[in-house]
Amino acid sequence: MRIRSNEYRKRSREIIRGDPAVREAVTGATLAFDRNRKQAYEEVDADAWRRWAEGVKNHVLTHLDDYLAEAEAKLEANGARVHWAADAQEAREIVTTLAEKASVKSIVKGKSMLTEEIGLNSALESVGIRVCETDLGEYILQLLDEPPSHILGPAIHKSLGEVRRLFADRLGTSSEDSPNALAHAARRELRDAFVDADMGISGANFVVAETGTVVLIENEGNIRLATSLPRVHVALAGIEKLLPRMSDVAGFLQLTARAGTGQPTGCFVSLIQGPAAQPGDDGPEEVHVVFVDNGRTAVLEHEHAWEALRCVRCGACLNVCPVYRQTGGHAYGWVYSGPIGSVLDPGLLGLREAMPLPFASTLCGACTDACPVRIPIPELLLRWRQEAQEQGLAPKAEGLALAALAGVASRPALYRLAGSVASRLGATGAGRALPVLREWSGDRAAPQPSRPTFRRLWRDGIE
Amino acid sequence: MNVAFFVTCLADHYFAEAAADAVRLLRHLGCEVTFPANQTCCGQPAHNAGRGREAVRMAHHTLGVFRNADAVVLPSGSCAAMVRKTYPGIAGERIAEADALAAKVFELGEFIVRRLGVTRLGSGLTGRRVAIHQGCHALRELRLEAEPDTLLGGAGAEVVPWEAREECCGFGGLFSVKMPEVSTAMADRKLDTLPDVDWVVSGDGGCLLQLEGRSRARGQEVEFLHLATALWRGVADGPRDGSGWQRPEGHRHAG
Repeated sequence: MRIRSNEYRKRSREIIRGDPAVREAVTGATLAFDRNRKQAYEEVDADAWRRWAEGVKNHVLTHLDDYLAEAEAKLEANGARVHWAADAQEAREIVTTLAEKASVKSIVKGKSMLTEEIGLNSALESVGIRVCETDLGEYILQLLDEPPSHILGPAIHKSLGEVRRLFADRLGTSSEDSPNALAHAARRELRDAFVDADMGISGANFVVAETGTVVLIENEGNIRLATSLPRVHVALAGIEKLLPRMSDVAGFLQLTARAGTGQPTGCFVSLIQGPAAQPGDDGPEEVHVVFVDNGRTAVLEHEHAWEALRCVRCGACLNVCPVYRQTGGHAYGWVYSGPIGSVLDPGLLGLREAMPLPFASTLCGACTDACPVRIPIPELLLRWRQEAQEQGLAPKAEGLALAALAGVASRPALYRLAGSVASRLGATGAGRALPVLREWSGDRAAPQPSRPTFRRLWRDGIE
Repeated sequence: MNVAFFVTCLADHYFAEAAADAVRLLRHLGCEVTFPANQTCCGQPAHNAGRGREAVRMAHHTLGVFRNADAVVLPSGSCAAMVRKTYPGIAGERIAEADALAAKVFELGEFIVRRLGVTRLGSGLTGRRVAIHQGCHALRELRLEAEPDTLLGGAGAEVVPWEAREECCGFGGLFSVKMPEVSTAMADRKLDTLPDVDWVVSGDGGCLLQLEGRSRARGQEVEFLHLATALWRGVADGPRDGSGWQRPEGHRHAG
């Protein structure tokens, strides 16, 4: 996927001004998700669950080498084949080679952000393989050739009306069909793709080291079908997706579902331990698990950013984020958007590529309160901002102005003088021409400075 | 009780009268208020921009200014959170001083309810319909959820539920000028859901600048008040109600 994070300001403006339906659709859907999440948290001792989950993930991340080795051994013992991809290109090559070796013509896919991250679909299509997304949201976006806008609800930015028009045009449905009827129409199309497919590709919500189990959560049943019907199943998993024991799964399944959609758990949970035991049994003949690094080791080594690797991709931080709600995910310019994207993308892509995402936040802190693994997102944003300043990636004028503020603020007499000049300037035409106020006053009435200032009131005596 | 008043840059320059109302309230509640003249900025703008070294300089300066205070009160949840929650993490070798200041720093409403134990301040807000916008740092760092309701409700105001009450207004300091379109859209979400009220009240000036600035540009007619001013109106406009807090002689209506 092409990285366009640097265009955040421009694209957010274009979306807000040029395509107001996006803001409406995203706001409506995320508010509903978030209401459900709050309710689902209230039903349990969410704080205790979240602390537990944070602890498990921290343990995994600090013993990752051991658990990866254990997972590999157990998966292989179960009859699955394990592959290691250092970066996106290696991951694409591994899957493409597997497909070619198995003479695969047609692939069905379950939703996987990792496959978006590594640009898998276009690599497969370039060698002549047909790839069909089977998650309804992803299916819609594949028809439109758009990237996902949300971790959990990829087509969250699309209104019902848009989907109606799209399906009427492409699938011949009526322009007044209900959402159910539209889903049925997609299902009819997908049924053939499932039957024809030689390979099913999925992500992995978790991989259990103890038992060599790939865990997948979903609501549509398409992942269950894509991983059991075709001859070959390939699961792609980020190396951080491990859980130590099978007994950890119950907690993570529930917490992830509650955080993401407010459900007690997903409608379908698949635990995949390997291929069919013998010919004639249900299940694929081959199961492959591709562990993908693609920058994760570097994030793990980072003094602060490693905490973002606890992420279980539930989307709760996007749903609660008032910044994300105004634009949806496309403005962020890469696969991971919203609060988690703004702390993960600088680690995975490099800070320069991800600018200005760490600044695309008011630090309101709603994300941290919602996060099921308690990632301190505002703190991590601040750390990235600090690095951006140190590397000279933030606007120079802003740095100079803040350095000047610090200089002035440590000298009280100078501070008082500067304050009195500034408050006079602010009220005049010259003051309004200052860049800060110019940006401010586009769509907002300019703030009126107090005359006199509080200092003056105090000096004159407050009654 | 002796209270050192930390006005904050924003209140000094944009909410001077509200800051004065905060002083009036504190005095009304029996506090001896001082204003250390050497105070400057808490350093939050630099900290939030990633200018760590500058933020530390300003934090160190502020530690010195309020070293001898018994209690420090700010008319801002955001700056109070900076002092309480952030200073201890950035103060370096002056951590002990930072911890000491963190333990005695309060946002205005928090100080009145939690430190002084006062929940009833006059009754002059009877009949007023108010919506409360709690700043995000007051809400999520200081965990001040009910304090403004307690105080405004206690003074007779009807606190009207607001669907987007706990959502960020989109100010975010420099965010409001770095990402003006998103910032404005965030204010619109707040204003689109605003119930029919006389006043929107917040304990943070930054949020008020943002919401009022946008609402004026939209032509929406509602008054935006700092918590200090709203509460002082409750005291100053109310009859003597025998609750124990008498309006001192010689006070004029403020604001």
